[in-house]
Amino acid sequence: MNDTIIAVLLCFGTFFCLVAAIGVARMPDIYMRLSAASKASSLGTGFILLAVAIFFGSTEVTGKIIAIIAFTLLTAPVAAHMLGRAAYFSGEPLWKKSVRDELGSGGEWFRHKDGAVEIPVNSDTVLESADKENLEKKKYGE
Amino acid sequence: MTLADFVSRIILPLLGVGLVLTFFRILRGPSLPDRVVALDLTATFIIAISAVYSIASGQPSYLDAAVVLALITFLGTVAFAYYLHRRGGNE
Repeated sequence: MNDTIIAVLLCFGTFFCLVAAIGVARMPDIYMRLSAASKASSLGTGFILLAVAIFFGSTEVTGKIIAIIAFTLLTAPVAAHMLGRAAYFSGEPLWKKSVRDELGSGGEWFRHKDGAVEIPVNSDTVLESADKENLEKKKYGE
Repeated sequence: MTLADFVSRIILPLLGVGLVLTFFRILRGPSLPDRVVALDLTATFIIAISAVYSIASGQPSYLDAAVVLALITFLGTVAFAYYLHRRGGNE
């Protein structure tokens, strides 16, 4: 009975870890890769560590595992956010089929009350992959 | 099939496949942030593999390595992100 629970938890954890790895290998864009890696991998590691805690069933192992799970759940989003922000501001291009860029020029952050859009100075480096027509459409409010 | 057999014949090879896929992204990644993302995921895979290997071998000592790796990885990723942020857009 206990073995069955452990095996099922291990299968879940391995499935989520594999989904993260496939996402990192196959996604077209660094932001999508970051999303796949940070979310699925922390869930998968959590399941696997839970299985290990059930397997050993002693206090010291469970304490260590709670520490690892808590630390992973706390730090994985922070690390992903810092990395994505740094990648964006160092000019990593978006995927060319991306439709919205809230942080860059034309996004919500640069839109004034009357609908005019302020284009920042280095918008060319940020929107390198967006085609000009799309940029014009954004500039004149749809 | 005992649990140790199940772990060492099915779970560990699947995690190894995931590690190889992540390593492919480290080799291939067009830019530095891609490689940092893949490196972060590699460390997470090593945490998972050492936890699973502690089941396969019945030794809970392997979890200490997982604790240390979970602590170190965050510092490494934050340092890389800080470096990328300071470096700016010029490659």
